[in-house]
Amino acid sequence: MRAGAGIAAGLVLLAALSLAIGATNLWSGPLDSGMVLAVSRIPRTLAAMLAGAGLALAGVVVQQSVQNRLVEPGLTGTPEAAMLGLLAVTLLAPGAPLLAKMGVAALTALLGTAGFFALSRHVPRRDPMLLPLVGLIYAGILGSIALGAAWATDLVQYLWSWQSGEFSGVLRGRYELLWLVAGMALLLYLLADRITLLGLGEDYARSLGLNYRQTLLMGLGIVALTTAVIVVSVGAMPFVGLVVPNLVSRWRGDNLRRNLPLVAAAGAGFVLAADVLGRLLRWPYEIPAAMVFAVFGAGLFLWLLNRPRVRHEG
Amino acid sequence: MIEVESLSLHRAGLPVLADVSLRLPNGGVTAIIGPNGAGKSTLLHCLAGLIAPQSGRVRVEGVDIHRVREAERALLLSLLTQNPGAVPRLSVRDLVGFGRWPHHRGRPGPTDHALVEAALERFDLLPLAGREVEALSGGQRQRVFVAMAFAQATPWMLLDEPLSALDPKFARDIMERLRDVATAGPGVVLVLHDLSVAARYADRCICMKQGKILAAGAWQSTVTSDLLTRLYDTPMRLAEVDGQPVVLSA
Repeated sequence: MRAGAGIAAGLVLLAALSLAIGATNLWSGPLDSGMVLAVSRIPRTLAAMLAGAGLALAGVVVQQSVQNRLVEPGLTGTPEAAMLGLLAVTLLAPGAPLLAKMGVAALTALLGTAGFFALSRHVPRRDPMLLPLVGLIYAGILGSIALGAAWATDLVQYLWSWQSGEFSGVLRGRYELLWLVAGMALLLYLLADRITLLGLGEDYARSLGLNYRQTLLMGLGIVALTTAVIVVSVGAMPFVGLVVPNLVSRWRGDNLRRNLPLVAAAGAGFVLAADVLGRLLRWPYEIPAAMVFAVFGAGLFLWLLNRPRVRHEG
Repeated sequence: MIEVESLSLHRAGLPVLADVSLRLPNGGVTAIIGPNGAGKSTLLHCLAGLIAPQSGRVRVEGVDIHRVREAERALLLSLLTQNPGAVPRLSVRDLVGFGRWPHHRGRPGPTDHALVEAALERFDLLPLAGREVEALSGGQRQRVFVAMAFAQATPWMLLDEPLSALDPKFARDIMERLRDVATAGPGVVLVLHDLSVAARYADRCICMKQGKILAAGAWQSTVTSDLLTRLYDTPMRLAEVDGQPVVLSA
């Protein structure tokens, strides 16, 4: 609980910082500070936290489903498949409402993730590095199909906006879909035990009375919808789903009923921190949060990989 | 009672199980033995309902195991599979606690907690209960997974090579506890490679060769040097040392 309180306090501090900084000075700037907060800063802060929590949770689900800690949604073709869906809607029904685009993206994301999962069953388990490499290639193939299609139809700029996650464009009225992530998080919490059971492998999960296929489908559905919402709203952010669940797992283990809130909070904190840092480093210009996180997250992950695990007892 | 009726399974055109039928009365330790590739593990997974046969059926306590939902099956059978893939980062108590999951489906009650503690005690895991499974030695880990199956409190426990890669001391630890368990309650069915261990602890045997049952029945009256020789296609001898049965490859 002390850890939970610490993380909560850290999140509040980060959120306050995120609300306070930006191109406009809240206290002496020319604009009405209430309006700046309501239209830009609060949505942006919430968006970063929701996206971070969603990516981290999606990472846990993917890792438990394939029983490999080195996989994350960015290595299962999920965002690329979502982008393919988005491209298709943009081309075929440009006037479709955002929710419909979202739905199509979620559906193609699910298909893409399921494709990776089907592939993963043929990858030998002995070397844990093999599966992420297969994922990298799979995501690369889907990504280049998307790029090819976008290039042929002059939509490359759209693709770019979905590829690099950042929050500078977040305004009131343009991020609310991200609240779906909160709904997914609650649903996931109800499934926490089942997702932990998935991590024991198919044989154990089934002999402990779990409807394996159904649970897997629900889990992958949550991953697909969460990732699609994030890609549509703020763009893809690699590494978050890899680094955050690994940090939490090393620290507190894999009992998801206990740890999912921690994973969500840590994901929210890290992405918000990346966004804040991205706003400060070249003030008043910005560096995309995904890029900041990729640099720091990758470093953190490499350091983690080479560090013996401190075991949590209790 | 486990009733198996003419179970058949082909893979890539080759028979893995060929018309296997058998009946196991409740309780006791039953060892499935036979050479590599005889279909022992496949038979165990068919009994567990995890592999569906192409024909035939398995009934456990009268229930057709391939036609019930997982939730119901998990109340009849518990399973230990060969080397669990990824070792979860769960405490020993949490993992054994998941053995109760089929009963409470996420809402453990006092009975569940009591049975988890009983399973921990039975397998001498109380001193390790707060440790993480990942941090344990191979022998201790195996005991945790067996305890999880035991906590499931099913009429049958199925174990696929529970002793693989275990030192004699750990192997003996596990077998003695399983024998105690089997005299009091659930029937224990296990695939064993160490024939001396099987001879010492098994009440019954199922001898498999090329997907067929060569012989099955009470160990004492079924297993002979001659049977083992035919089973393994190499001279084998059943002997006794200090009153304990041993199996030698002669």
